[in-house]
Amino acid sequence: MNGTARIGFRVLLLVLLAVLLLAVLLLGLRYGSLELTVGEILRELTHPGDTVEYQILVNIRLPRVLLGALVGAGLAVSGAILQGVMRNVLAAPGIIGISAGGGLAGVVVLLAVPAWSPWLIPAAFLGALATALLVYVLAWRGGADPVRLILAGVAVSSMLGAISSAILLFNAEKVAGVLDFTIGSLSTRSWPQLELVWPYLVFGLLGAWLLAGRLNILALGDEVAAGLGLRVERTRLVLLAVAALLAAAAVSVVGLLGFVGLIAPHLVRLLVGGDHRFLIPGSALFGAALVAGCDTIGRLALDPSELPVGVIMSLLGPPFFLYLLRRSRREA
Amino acid sequence: MKLELRNVGAGYGSRTVLRDLSLELPEGQITTLIGANGSGKSTLLKAAARLLKPRTGGAYLDGRELRRWNTRQLARVLAVLPQLHRAPEEITVGELVAYGRFPHRGLLKGDSVRDREAVDEVLQLTRLEPLRRRAVATLSGGERQRVWIAMTLAQEPRVLFLDEPTTFLDVCCQFEVIELIERWNRTRGVTVLMVLHDLNLAARCSHCLVAMKDGEIRYRGTPRELLTPELLREIFELEAEIAVGSDGIPYCIPTGSCRREAERSGR
Repeated sequence: MNGTARIGFRVLLLVLLAVLLLAVLLLGLRYGSLELTVGEILRELTHPGDTVEYQILVNIRLPRVLLGALVGAGLAVSGAILQGVMRNVLAAPGIIGISAGGGLAGVVVLLAVPAWSPWLIPAAFLGALATALLVYVLAWRGGADPVRLILAGVAVSSMLGAISSAILLFNAEKVAGVLDFTIGSLSTRSWPQLELVWPYLVFGLLGAWLLAGRLNILALGDEVAAGLGLRVERTRLVLLAVAALLAAAAVSVVGLLGFVGLIAPHLVRLLVGGDHRFLIPGSALFGAALVAGCDTIGRLALDPSELPVGVIMSLLGPPFFLYLLRRSRREA
Repeated sequence: MKLELRNVGAGYGSRTVLRDLSLELPEGQITTLIGANGSGKSTLLKAAARLLKPRTGGAYLDGRELRRWNTRQLARVLAVLPQLHRAPEEITVGELVAYGRFPHRGLLKGDSVRDREAVDEVLQLTRLEPLRRRAVATLSGGERQRVWIAMTLAQEPRVLFLDEPTTFLDVCCQFEVIELIERWNRTRGVTVLMVLHDLNLAARCSHCLVAMKDGEIRYRGTPRELLTPELLREIFELEAEIAVGSDGIPYCIPTGSCRREAERSGR
């Protein structure tokens, strides 16, 4: 990489990523127990009817690919923001406690107080956001230094993880019902789940894109950024809030879906470079394609049964992680 | 533009570094802070560049206290290069220099014609044009430092702060950096305040030297006034001979530390 990426070239890459996303969405709509051609998909969408095809397409596959894409975009952009704010390419939504907080809230609602289980999504959403806020407050000492944020995030995550484990242990017989949530899955998700979270995700994605220029400056370091006239603490807080909102909304509907927040921004950075004005939309497109694509693979791989998208992602994740380690060692 | 410190006190946590310190920067001139490690040079520079909030007193630009300025407007006239900085991995020379235009841009607007002109101009002047598309991480230390200075120059400041801009560079790169700063000072009339450890380099390029010890300003004056064996002994605990070059610039040849001598005689 010697930074040859020019503006035109990077715009072209974004267009290609958008094409990739559309192709993945189309594949997700076409394949499954019932195979549909593109012509049939278009006909069913434009002429609503009471056919089986329509039911499968509009009430099962369409919301699922849309939700997968939105959630993937949200997690990827959240990761891209956090990697910039923390100035650390290994940062991901879990680092500010999103996974641990959302996970604990999910486990509590599903196992400890099953009567609350209809409130899973808001509970996980609030749990994730509250944990991110706690991490921020704990890290604050006249400013929220990235290193202290990471350390506070690790400490809080560890404690909340321990509580989750304890609850899981005491409810071992019911654990199967929670696996779906702790692995991350799009199975059975449809319009109601999509309706609950899309405003947060869309708002967060737009906000992230508008803040991209300021994230570029913040990534240069606190003192350099202050010298360039950026209000460092305020900008960092707003960016962290957007990252937390995106990840919390995603986690609340699909569960603890790992690795997309790490992989997507990193791969896109290799393609389009470190400028967040390109990195953020690129991560959104690629993260969306990745989750929607992995979910489709999971749906088809063991047909008629299903593998959760989290399993497919976690299979892809570690090899990539090792590749990352090798690469960073070479540069050091 | 006139920058002055009035009765500034500053420090970190429970440690007080500066007490009641006042300094007025001569407009359009290069002023260099000299002093031993821990004498408060960087703290003074940070307080003057609004990177560190003074506990008492304040820094004033054109008679207005820095914290009363809009941060973005201030960044259009005042630029600072901190001692430690690290570019994100994939960033290119052209991108980093263009970030210097950040305070001049509208919040949502892209580059204006003036922004592009300023960046081109700075890249020419710093001879970085051929490296424009290279990743900053792949450059040598001297080139990298030129890129960072170019970023602050793209800001088109009236007052420029540099904290040890030549540290870790070889002798030739040190001169390149200093000549760049001198040229910008001469052609644009920029007021410069910097910290340098190399006394001979400081004497060569500065109009005014400010000697610090224990968080106080002990002396200020031209290099010829300040570079004396007595001052070096007091400020640096250094034994040195002073000579004057054919161009009238004084230089010092350190011959030993008087810290060690004091220890020996004390024993």
